[in-house]
Amino acid sequence: MSEMPSGLPVESPRAASTAAGWRIIYKRLKKNRAAIIGGYLILIFILIAIFGPFFTTYDPVRVDYSLKLLPPSSEHWFGTDHNGRDVFTRIIHGMSITLYIGFLSVFVGMLVGVPLGIFAGYYGKYLDTIIMRFIDILLAFPGILLAIALVSVLGGSINNVILAVGVFSVPGFARIVRGSTMAVSKLEYIDAVRALGASDFRIIFLHILPNIISPIIVQATIRIAIAILIASGLSFLGLGAQPPTPEWGAMLSQGRSYMFDHPHVALFPGLAIVTVVLAFNLFGDGLRDAFDPKTKA
Amino acid sequence: MLQFIVRRLLQTIPVVIGVTMLVFSLMHLIPGDPARIMAGEAAPHAQVEAIRERLGLNDPLHVQYGRYMSNLLQGDLGQSVRSSRAVVDEIKPRIGITMRLAVYSMFLSVVFGLVAGVISAVRRYSLIDSFIMVAALFSFSMPNFWLGLMLIKYFSIDLALLPPSGWGTWQQAILPVVTLGTAGAAIIARMTRSSMLDVINQDYIRTARAKGVKERYVIYKHALKNALIPVVTVIGIEMGMLLSGTVLAETVFAVNGMGRLAIDSIRARDFPLVQGIVLIFALIFVFVNLLVDISYRYLNKRIELN
Repeated sequence: MSEMPSGLPVESPRAASTAAGWRIIYKRLKKNRAAIIGGYLILIFILIAIFGPFFTTYDPVRVDYSLKLLPPSSEHWFGTDHNGRDVFTRIIHGMSITLYIGFLSVFVGMLVGVPLGIFAGYYGKYLDTIIMRFIDILLAFPGILLAIALVSVLGGSINNVILAVGVFSVPGFARIVRGSTMAVSKLEYIDAVRALGASDFRIIFLHILPNIISPIIVQATIRIAIAILIASGLSFLGLGAQPPTPEWGAMLSQGRSYMFDHPHVALFPGLAIVTVVLAFNLFGDGLRDAFDPKTKA
Repeated sequence: MLQFIVRRLLQTIPVVIGVTMLVFSLMHLIPGDPARIMAGEAAPHAQVEAIRERLGLNDPLHVQYGRYMSNLLQGDLGQSVRSSRAVVDEIKPRIGITMRLAVYSMFLSVVFGLVAGVISAVRRYSLIDSFIMVAALFSFSMPNFWLGLMLIKYFSIDLALLPPSGWGTWQQAILPVVTLGTAGAAIIARMTRSSMLDVINQDYIRTARAKGVKERYVIYKHALKNALIPVVTVIGIEMGMLLSGTVLAETVFAVNGMGRLAIDSIRARDFPLVQGIVLIFALIFVFVNLLVDISYRYLNKRIELN
């Protein structure tokens, strides 16, 4: 009923909403060497997570005390742990867990945070006040404390970590989306669409969401890095993935007692976390600069 | 200014009430019977009942919350299930340690972050700028507990320079403070750099330079002062990461603070104690944010007047 006539000269406020816009962003991104490295690393990590386990020769969880705490060698690239398990194999198997937690927890945060932000920004007034007060309450818990508290009552498991880290990510999304929604809602073309009789639902999904997608993508990428760090911390505290799961934080927690004489048990899982988090940070930084070159330092 | 402070104080009230509600609900988010979980699987029925009775879990929720709030207003955070001591008494001897750890780490973050950020901005695109920015990127991509473990490995075990655990002497403080403060320093350095670069390109800086003001004076007197404003906000957020980061740092370095108490009480399923610690952390953070907002406002005011 309210189809936009094609070819109507409605200027898009952000480049990202059109195919040409995406091409410009891709061009900018391509010039950023650090971001490209980050992007390729993420791609490689995803491939490792999917196919890596098929190529490892050792079992990630089977205990063999005759092989315990061997130093790195050509047989065991990253050595073996206190249960005689190959550390390299465990890190490869842990990749999918790390990415799974990272992606899914941020998705949970997005699923709740983005609608909250849109409603607050679009409808304003009381709804805005109520939603933002709720966000303020979530933000009153310093850093990862709410995640720790949630996991402590729900029990330690990967799914509860995803839920807890997801809740932790909600305020970040809600705030950014609210701000962008408010900015976009004020633009003339939204008034134009409304004058054409479009429903709120249609305006939000067809006209606002596509225009605020870029800050959401940037936020999501950086949030994945943070989520992976927090999740590994929760597992390190014994509140997340439980042994013998080859989750990297849990591996560090177990390797801790042996690292003085056998540093490899703590060194490699930590390096794995650093590399993955670094890749997402590099890519996220690059995306932010590509989407919004003005803020580039 | 006073008006602003009063308004800001009033705004915190609903937030604090919301925080108490959320903390109160924690106990009721426990899947299954909280009294049974706290008593342990093998505990006799009577013991479970006793815990239920003591925590008043039989009452309707609003009655429980009312009691929780009225106790709270009298400074009573409940009783530890394990030790039967008041939660307040459990927390009191630990809170100072955690606060000191957090404040020292913040100090380290701010000093290193500002210095590194200013150097990076002034020497933009130089070797030292690249080095600082790469180091910063690594620093906040690193899990702080892992950094702590590695510091213990090299400085305590291999070099035997610093004690690996405990709290009390200044030597014992170094590694936990570095562990906790590094990521913050990295974030503040990045923020300071981009904020400085924004300011340096503005007209009044060009004017100052054109007037013949010494470069050093331009940087420190004119640019840095204005560049600091966005940094103050980051410091507030950082304080949150630091406060909750004490949980990890205290666990790694066996520091007997509130963070470690939190983990010990979680392991012991001592939920009243967990609730108390979470609440105290949140209240501290709300207060810190209040201070940050007020100083932000104060800094902004000065610039408006200038």
